Amino acid sequence: MLERYVTAASTYAHWIDYQFLLIAVLVGFWLILAEAVMFWLIFKFRAKDGRPTQYITGEEPHQTRWITIPHLVVILCDIVIIVPAILVWYNIKQVLPPADETVRVIAQQWAWSFQQAGPDGVMDTADDIRTVGELHVKVNTTYHFELMSRDVVHSFAVPAFRLKQDALPGRTITGWFRPNRVGTYDIQCTQMCGIGHALMAGRIIVETPQAHAAWLLRNSSPGVAGQQTPPAAAMDAAMAMAEVRQ
Amino acid sequence: MSTDVQHAEPGIFRKYFFSTDHKMIAMQYLFTGMAMALIGGFFAYVFRMQLGFPNQYVPGYGIVTPGKYNALVTMHGSIMIFWVAMPVLIAAFGNFLIPLMVGCDDMAFPRINRFSYQIFLLSAVVLLSSFLVTGGPFGGAWTAYPPLSASAAFNLTPIGATLWLLAVVLEFVAFLLGGINFTVTTMNSRAPGMKMYDIPLVVWMIVLASIIFMASVGPLVAGAVMLLFDQTMSTGFYDPTRGGDPLLWQHLFWFFGHPEVYVVLLPAMGIVADVIAVFARKKIFGYKTVLYTTWAVGFLSFVVWAHHQFVAGIDPRMANIFSVTTLLISVPITEMVFLYIATLYGGSIHLDTPLLWALAFIAEFMIGGVTGIFLGSSGTDIYLHDTYFVIAHFHYTFVPIAIIAVYAGLTFWYPKMFGRMLNETLGKIHFWGTVIPFNVIFIPLFITGTAGDQRRVYSYAQFAEQSRPALQHLRTTSTIALLVMLSFQFVFLFNFVWSLRKGKSAGANPWRSNTLEWTVPSPPPHGNFAELPTVYRGPYEYGLPGRADDFFPQNVPD
Amino acid sequence: MSATAKPIANTRSATGIPTARLITWWVIASEIVIFGGLLASYVMHRIGHPEWAESASHTLTWAGAFNTFVLLTSSLCAVLAHKAADAHDGPRAAKLLRLTSLGGLIFLCVKAYEWTIDIREGFVLSSGGFWSFYYTLAGLHGLHVLAGMIIMLIVAADAAKNQELQRVECIGLYWHFVDIVWIFLFPLLYIAR
Repeated sequence: MLERYVTAASTYAHWIDYQFLLIAVLVGFWLILAEAVMFWLIFKFRAKDGRPTQYITGEEPHQTRWITIPHLVVILCDIVIIVPAILVWYNIKQVLPPADETVRVIAQQWAWSFQQAGPDGVMDTADDIRTVGELHVKVNTTYHFELMSRDVVHSFAVPAFRLKQDALPGRTITGWFRPNRVGTYDIQCTQMCGIGHALMAGRIIVETPQAHAAWLLRNSSPGVAGQQTPPAAAMDAAMAMAEVRQ
Repeated sequence: MSTDVQHAEPGIFRKYFFSTDHKMIAMQYLFTGMAMALIGGFFAYVFRMQLGFPNQYVPGYGIVTPGKYNALVTMHGSIMIFWVAMPVLIAAFGNFLIPLMVGCDDMAFPRINRFSYQIFLLSAVVLLSSFLVTGGPFGGAWTAYPPLSASAAFNLTPIGATLWLLAVVLEFVAFLLGGINFTVTTMNSRAPGMKMYDIPLVVWMIVLASIIFMASVGPLVAGAVMLLFDQTMSTGFYDPTRGGDPLLWQHLFWFFGHPEVYVVLLPAMGIVADVIAVFARKKIFGYKTVLYTTWAVGFLSFVVWAHHQFVAGIDPRMANIFSVTTLLISVPITEMVFLYIATLYGGSIHLDTPLLWALAFIAEFMIGGVTGIFLGSSGTDIYLHDTYFVIAHFHYTFVPIAIIAVYAGLTFWYPKMFGRMLNETLGKIHFWGTVIPFNVIFIPLFITGTAGDQRRVYSYAQFAEQSRPALQHLRTTSTIALLVMLSFQFVFLFNFVWSLRKGKSAGANPWRSNTLEWTVPSPPPHGNFAELPTVYRGPYEYGLPGRADDFFPQNVPD
Repeated sequence: MSATAKPIANTRSATGIPTARLITWWVIASEIVIFGGLLASYVMHRIGHPEWAESASHTLTWAGAFNTFVLLTSSLCAVLAHKAADAHDGPRAAKLLRLTSLGGLIFLCVKAYEWTIDIREGFVLSSGGFWSFYYTLAGLHGLHVLAGMIIMLIVAADAAKNQELQRVECIGLYWHFVDIVWIFLFPLLYIAR
């Protein structure tokens, strides 16, 4: 159901989408039923001359069962919802499948920067690739991301992956994703972080291993920063904005 | 008999500005709350104009820059919760109704009552003053997460951030004092014969809300003191570079923040219950069960807070616990709603304006309630957190609470407050002109949120997936619906003011209601009761078989 | 403004508890949550920062201990004041309340002296995690001591004229609460390792 509105480009996107659908069906049923009953009662018991109201305490057993039984069914529905919800959560947030690659994601007012291993395949060496605003990854590859913030609380979100994790200053938070669809997808900041919050856009480019290898070669040279891309201009825009201020 | 009370007519100053009369204090809270609603509503108009017609000049305001946008949404949220919902639902209705409904002459501590309004007024002034300072008002969202809120280097609003915080703390103090007064008065000052289960639900709910408020706000007061020191005294309570922790604020904030939504929900549900009983001419279905579920909700509300923090960097194992408790709390609330719907069965339903509002509350709140499940389920919250889905969810709960239920209460008790009837036709026009557009504002936002629109951004220009024309159409539709809804509020304002002079004379009990406030003149005199009442039964004896009238006031002997 | 007579609402008691005492308990309850929140935050941080023990060792334990003794003694005076009020001996109750207030004053003076020493040694509010909590906790408590003293003197003024004697017990209750908060603060701030 979510796929109607937003692409699914990671392996766990579908788990979240199914959970969303499950909830939609169950609560949708209850919502429609409750609304229908309410409107039916309004219609059936609208004031009619000569028809007195009934004196109902709602405390007799034959009356309370009209509440108790739906009540129990609601609890059942809640259980049906919560079990897969926890499973989805557990598999995304508590489990870290073994990483094929690692990326470092650094949030700051107001841009995203990234660090990945260069052709030597090892992080924190001279040939690492550092980019601003744009992250290149391989399709069908499991990534760990190490998320940090330089200043305030930000939040790293990729709607197409159904990925979201707040970035806190003073700590590194690790998560994972496995893209399964080639394409270019938005990165959003989803925690209010100041006047440049809406400018903290990024792009994540999921490419075939061949395309990715070619990109790696084009961009790695010791100590040279990665390519500047339009979202990085957000940094400049944010600076200008800060001057204009209010 | 209140023979000791001063009978000399007080001067204007003493009567309107320094009164200790609970009814006057109620009016002060009501009008202050309504004035703040105009401001909060105006802000919504401005930022929705920016979202619906990006980067266009907004009539009556100007161009919405990113900094201004952030301040607008921050102030809209803060004002609506702390300076509209709480003063109107709790302080205005609580002050006006409680002494009347429990059958006494005023609150237990009238001077503390007046003092609490004065602190509240001060808090509003402090908040509004932040619009005039260098750097402008605070724009870090009503949730004010540090380090953004703690450091002017990050938030760029040095004075505004501190003024906002001071205003919030003062508001908390005002409501602590006010709530304690309501609680003590309800516990102790009841008319002879009024037992615990003879208290009308609206009074119960306001008192329970006050208790929940008092039990939950303390840690945030502590947290606010710490934030204040971080802002002004170079401490580092929330600064990780100084050994502090930003998450501490989040926990303190949400430990209060979640019960707070029930603090405003309960009075709304109380109003709705009383209105349904009167206009369906029907005893509440399971009055005691309503109370038990309310106590359950109140208790559970203290153990769900971290559902606001699922992806915040808390230990992921904690998320599972809070997901379970969050879904658990949906159970008593659902039960309460079922009880209200069941009350309609066997009734004689008169679709007058107050009841239209009360029924709309239930219909709309149910949408808010079920959409909360998507967010309480930790797995789906990963995607939906901080999207417009959240905004649509909480407006489907907050608008019923702060607008729909308030109108139910105002249209119901206006005759008692002012001695005049509101115009029914205008009332119905206002009703439909509010409720229909309300849905047209927020259903599109459920869709844009599901499609990935994140919160608190003034423009989606930088985001390719959010720049699809279909999404912009939805945002524009939402804005236009807001314009329609806001216009219809003038119908209410006109009705309110016009009826003060020109409305039909109300009499003591135009709605043929059972509760004690309807036994005194409209409006009630100073001291309320010429003769203090004795109570013989509960408040909902409607449709009692074997009686000529379909109602049986609480103060009439058997 | 002229003395308004009390409303009937103030004199009723459906619960059997006098209204003044009832509101005092509610005030204390809300204060417990405030201090509780601050204390809990401190304790959690303290557990996560074992190095704070070093900072804590610089607190002047003798001053804290003396102040504990002062507050406990003053609470005893408050109890005696309540007894006097129960016996309708307003003037005696007033005297004992003023003694209690004096205890509060001594407490604040000792604290002022203690903090002067701390500040001279370079330990201020912004000196790091421990000291931030120390001054905030003790400072908030000190403000409550001061407020209590002021209210107590007002109650004493009325009590001396045998008026509003029920308030003697209430301010005494509040004072005991302030005392108990200190009983928690003292070990957590001065003694804990």
